[in-house]
Amino acid sequence: MAAKAPKPPKPAEMLDFDYSPPAADWMDTPVDMRPGTYCYGARGKNLEVMGFPNARDWSPADEDWRLPPEWQGTVIEGIADRMKKYRSFRLFLDICVRCGACADKCHFYMGSGDPKNMPVLRAELLRSVYRRYFTGAGKLLGRLAGARDLTVDVLKEWWYYFFQCTECRRCSVFCPYGIDQAEITLMGRELLNLLGLNTDWISGPVANCFMTGNHVGLEPQTIMSNIEFLLEDIETITGRHIEPSFNRKGAEILFVTPSGDLYAEPGTYTCMGYLMLFEQLGLDYTMSTYASEGGNFGFFTSNETAKRLNAKIYAEARRLGVKWILGGECGHMWRLVHQYMDTWNGPADFLELPVSPITGTKFTNAASTKMVHIAEFTADLLYHNKITVDKSRNDHLTVTYHDSCNTARGMGLLEEPRYILSRICNNFFEMPEDTIREKTFCCGSGAGLNAGENMELRLRGGFPRANAVKYVREKHGVNVLANVCALDRASLPALMDYWVPGVKVMGVHELLGNALVLDGEIERTLDLRSDDLPVKEDEADV
Amino acid sequence: MKIWSSCLAVAALILLAWAGAGVFGLQTLFGVVIPYLAFALFLIGFVCRVVRWGMSATPFRIPTTCGQQKTLSWIKQDKLENPSTGLQVLGRMLLEIFLFRSLFRNSKTEKRGPVFGFGSAKWLWLGGLVFHWSMLIVLLRHLRLFLNPTPAVIQGLEAADNFLQVGAPLLYITDATLTVALTYLFLRRVVAPGVRYISRPADYFPLLLLLAAAGSGILTRYFFKVDIHAVKALTMGLVTFRPPAPGQLSIGVIFYIHLFLVSCLFAYFPWSKLMHAGGVFLSPTRNMINNSRAVRHVNPWNYPVETHSYAEYEDQFREKMRKAGLPLETE
Repeated sequence: MAAKAPKPPKPAEMLDFDYSPPAADWMDTPVDMRPGTYCYGARGKNLEVMGFPNARDWSPADEDWRLPPEWQGTVIEGIADRMKKYRSFRLFLDICVRCGACADKCHFYMGSGDPKNMPVLRAELLRSVYRRYFTGAGKLLGRLAGARDLTVDVLKEWWYYFFQCTECRRCSVFCPYGIDQAEITLMGRELLNLLGLNTDWISGPVANCFMTGNHVGLEPQTIMSNIEFLLEDIETITGRHIEPSFNRKGAEILFVTPSGDLYAEPGTYTCMGYLMLFEQLGLDYTMSTYASEGGNFGFFTSNETAKRLNAKIYAEARRLGVKWILGGECGHMWRLVHQYMDTWNGPADFLELPVSPITGTKFTNAASTKMVHIAEFTADLLYHNKITVDKSRNDHLTVTYHDSCNTARGMGLLEEPRYILSRICNNFFEMPEDTIREKTFCCGSGAGLNAGENMELRLRGGFPRANAVKYVREKHGVNVLANVCALDRASLPALMDYWVPGVKVMGVHELLGNALVLDGEIERTLDLRSDDLPVKEDEADV
Repeated sequence: MKIWSSCLAVAALILLAWAGAGVFGLQTLFGVVIPYLAFALFLIGFVCRVVRWGMSATPFRIPTTCGQQKTLSWIKQDKLENPSTGLQVLGRMLLEIFLFRSLFRNSKTEKRGPVFGFGSAKWLWLGGLVFHWSMLIVLLRHLRLFLNPTPAVIQGLEAADNFLQVGAPLLYITDATLTVALTYLFLRRVVAPGVRYISRPADYFPLLLLLAAAGSGILTRYFFKVDIHAVKALTMGLVTFRPPAPGQLSIGVIFYIHLFLVSCLFAYFPWSKLMHAGGVFLSPTRNMINNSRAVRHVNPWNYPVETHSYAEYEDQFREKMRKAGLPLETE
């Protein structure tokens, strides 16, 4: 195991850099893997669970990575194979003109000044090898044609930088050809995985998810007792006793959410919001302990792994005989549900067109996949005034909204959460235009980078987001960063504590839970975090 | 070094044409053989590259969504930035191809101590747009050398392009804008440290080649005033596959230099980054419809994978599940 990661530097020290590139050419600059900026290596046992190649305990800090024999051939064949399978990959290797529009759009480049974090250069790390082995000019002219041999040092450089990309796709918004670094990173990580070069933080959750159904390895009874704790809190706060069901056959709806909502603050508060909403609606739903993970760290490993983990959701919906699936707040889960799930594991012809049992709204936008985002579901409820909310219960909070990368750029879920917030919060302020919606900044911890040992990297990558939050905090007194992403909830608190102390991170449905008026509830004096609610003025006068 | 090697390469090409056509009298080689070869290489190469891209699968529908999705009826969809039909994709692609929509979004990030500032950065967009449109018009104008009689559309284009009515021969505006835009794009790579850092010979060379081709064309028309009728006799011969003996046409050597540089450009095109011209049409993040939840997308190479089934899961946890009161498939 690698040495313990150092404490991250102080903010001023962290920001002591500028964007002037080094004098030496990037090909002559060997990779410098500083502790604090990379994750631990994968453990052999976790790779074995999945049947991945070259399973062994391994540390990136080691000189010798114990690569399999003939590893270069494996990688070159891997590239050839993926070029046939993915037009995006082949095309994006070929057509970049290095105009540089993407360069200062990447949060890792912005927060570190490391030129190899410009998306264009991060992609060139792989393109240079592609040219050497697959193009005439590269074979003939070598470096003059921007080509280089695949050496151990190059491989280490790939590993370091492909795990410094959160696959957030912000670069592809600005690229005149739509070149998406995420596609390069995905393929780069697949190639690395062929050699057993995964990270502990990704391969552990993948193995857990495969065997127990969720990333953290919660067993069925643990999931239930975790929810039990939340139900007790709900009862204390609202006086209402709730009894959700698990693995129940014949329910109308299967609810799937990222496991982060089930076990760790502040995701659990969001989960309380869901439970209260469903109770108030009298929704005929169930949760599964088997398909107990909406997120998918497999996607940060390989396409095949992602598909293997995702398969549970449809399999469980079929087994339980539900009509459609409702999905909780999560970022990459929703990119996958939206753009991949049906293709991987569909067709979901055993399910029905999702129809809200409360409003009768047909979710035709999910006619094939049969899975609806909870923000779509709740926005529809509020629009039709099917739930009663008391906005003033969020008056102690001044809220801004962080679009998660995946729902913004891999789906286009922009207005639904904003509509919900507009109905449940009185104090709402947007961050600057260049930092929200399709231009939103990543939390810096996506795509499996939310480990502890790489905290410096995460803080750097999260700085552009934090900077925008700081702006609205200073201007409007914002103290809540709302979002619809479990990874945001897991990673943004540390980021806020470091860069913008005093800002809490809340799922949209936590705020909804605060405002939601339940039938027969007691007078609410606490919010879902058991903090005091603001005293209402008319009562204060008495 | 990267810049100088590109400069040298272009200078060598100019010298080669000058020596070949001017000193050694190889007008047939430079006026007929090489242009034919270059054009054939261009066509074959371009088609091969596009076909090869086309043969790669598009396993998933992965548009980059840059606006509101189609969802609840009362939420306004951004049809051009997040298209949900083929027609809307067409609109998005037209904006991308003719107006460089995505590049128009470009901004500049500045770090002032501990805070970021985002500034407007439209120069790259403007430079790129001016270059590409000028190039297109210049190419279209050249059609008059290959069509007899010159179609009215081309004549109209010429008239619009030289409406300033200055100089003799009349100055084409696009000759100026093309040169200025190319110069900007080249200087940007040399002067801006970040762009210089990512630039390779493959970036400098085509810009310099284009500049040299444009420059030699300008010299041919405005300064050496090469006999246009002789040129047209040659070009018409080329296009009708009855090339004359160019040596007898008395065309100045500057024309051969121009023709050779253009030939080099055509021959180089398919094997270079210039293929973005074809590639942009195929980009999956731009040309795909964002309706993957409404309409199933099929992956042609989808294959079954090993999963951990519910039955295996229940076997693993049966006792614990029973204790927790969970329903079981097998008691």
